[in-house]
Amino acid sequence: MNLVMSSDHPRPLVRAESIAKIYQGKDGATAVFEDLWFSIHEGEFVCLIGHSGCGKTTILNILAGLDRSDAGAVLAGGSEIDGPSLDRAVIFQSHALLPWLTVLGNIAFAVRSRWPGWRRDKIIEHCRTFIDLVGLKGAEDKKPAQLSGGMRQRVGIARALAIEPKMLLMDEPFSALDALTRGMLQEELLRICRKTRQTVFIITHDIDEAILLADRIILMSNGPGAVIAEIVENPLPRERTRHDMHHHPLYYATRNHLLDFLVNRSRDLAGSRHADPRHPPAIRPAADRPAPVPALPPASSTRAVAL
Amino acid sequence: MSSLALGAWAVIVSLAILAAFLAFWHLGTQSMGPGAAMDSEYAKLMGATATTGQSAMPGPGQVGHKLWEHLTNPFYDNGPNDKGIGIQLAYSLARVLAGYAIAVTLALPLGFAIGMSPLVYQALDPFIQVLRPISPLAWMPLALYTIKDSGLSAIFVIFICSVWPMLLNTAFGVATVRREWLNVARTLEVGRFRLAFAVILPAAAPTIMTGMRISISIAWLVIVAAEMLVGGTGIGYFVWNEWNNISITNLIIAILAIGVVGMILDQTLGRVARLVTYPE
Repeated sequence: MNLVMSSDHPRPLVRAESIAKIYQGKDGATAVFEDLWFSIHEGEFVCLIGHSGCGKTTILNILAGLDRSDAGAVLAGGSEIDGPSLDRAVIFQSHALLPWLTVLGNIAFAVRSRWPGWRRDKIIEHCRTFIDLVGLKGAEDKKPAQLSGGMRQRVGIARALAIEPKMLLMDEPFSALDALTRGMLQEELLRICRKTRQTVFIITHDIDEAILLADRIILMSNGPGAVIAEIVENPLPRERTRHDMHHHPLYYATRNHLLDFLVNRSRDLAGSRHADPRHPPAIRPAADRPAPVPALPPASSTRAVAL
Repeated sequence: MSSLALGAWAVIVSLAILAAFLAFWHLGTQSMGPGAAMDSEYAKLMGATATTGQSAMPGPGQVGHKLWEHLTNPFYDNGPNDKGIGIQLAYSLARVLAGYAIAVTLALPLGFAIGMSPLVYQALDPFIQVLRPISPLAWMPLALYTIKDSGLSAIFVIFICSVWPMLLNTAFGVATVRREWLNVARTLEVGRFRLAFAVILPAAAPTIMTGMRISISIAWLVIVAAEMLVGGTGIGYFVWNEWNNISITNLIIAILAIGVVGMILDQTLGRVARLVTYPE
């Protein structure tokens, strides 16, 4: 097992400290997830994987400021997140475009929110840059209902990028799309984020999407009482594409590790607690050891150096 | 059948129904021929129906002839009890639009407040539930007593009957704006004013317009009854006056005019509703 060095990420952009979501039921309180600690560094692409019911969307909403954690806090730039911010743009699973506005209108709505003092032609020019970036040139004056699912999500991405946020939060952005469109959009997202050095936090349950996009993959055990089971460092080189990544010698080791986690270990780990929830095990899949790692290795040997 | 469009066939069937209706009407109101012989004094008392078999109900020809007179001269004014049907309709429309306008200016902001705030909703709900089922005409005596002006009372009755559908639809439309659109606005740190006018209003506009359309229909239904009570002017008064004159021809024309104007009001708002409707 490799000890993960994170010296290239000097300071976290966002840091979740012991966040939890607790629902008051008829027979007492149930924690959907509890005591989650993780960081997202500048320029990093972090992916969260877990089964339905482990509170993935709630975690994203807490990061976005749309929901509140019932314990702990999320720190962004040294201060606690206490509401939504233009610094953190959200791309919703259902694209959430305003149906009465055109493509340009939807993006301009966001741009005007970010820079209220801008003149109209400057706003439109700014919008067009991002419409071109996501490949929607020519569709500016169309309404969302006239667009395909993939094009709508492109508008959602353009709207989020156009406000030039410090961070993108994406909630299963491609899960409602067909496989071909999904693959195309994943690659474009990767290209855009590499170009703009965008920090991204993305929720998915698609393993290949995680391997293609993410630098680090946070694995959640099943809820209720979900915890971060481990954080997987993606061993594939950053310059990977959907077409060639499965030729990489570490691709199957990584894939098998994630699949094994989702199929078996996420369930076995449900409700269990780490000895040290602040430092969940950091794993870097290696070709010589494709077998599953022990369920709960001693925290000291697998501790990530920097978080 | 295949060579003609559905719309063309619908027009043909409509015209056939109209023709059949006019034919039955014509046959049903035909003269039966002279009745039994009677004393001339008595015949005068009995009128045309008994003596010549002439039906009291006018035929389509008579109504058509009278209708043409009204259409060619709709705005004549020969004193309080003899005004053109156009003038009467204009009086009614003015009352409906005045009461309706007051209802809009009150119902839309209040509906917005109810839809945005669960507190306002729960606080006002008992009042709305009690006031809403009251027949608008039940307010009339109270309005006459307090306002002391029959014309204004009629406007008040229109206001009170058209306010509820708009209020409830606005509140419902505002309360049920899709959560994701509100979340988009929240993540963009959109201010309250802009949230209300740039997100909630366009999102709720189709529902609000439905309420406004229901309201204008109800207002037009109620104005006829209200004017029968307050008298003086208006199409409702015209109907009542012609009933006192036993001018069935004019009654039929008035009924037709009420229907046509009501349709125009509804279609106009329907057109506005289409403008603010968005496909999802």
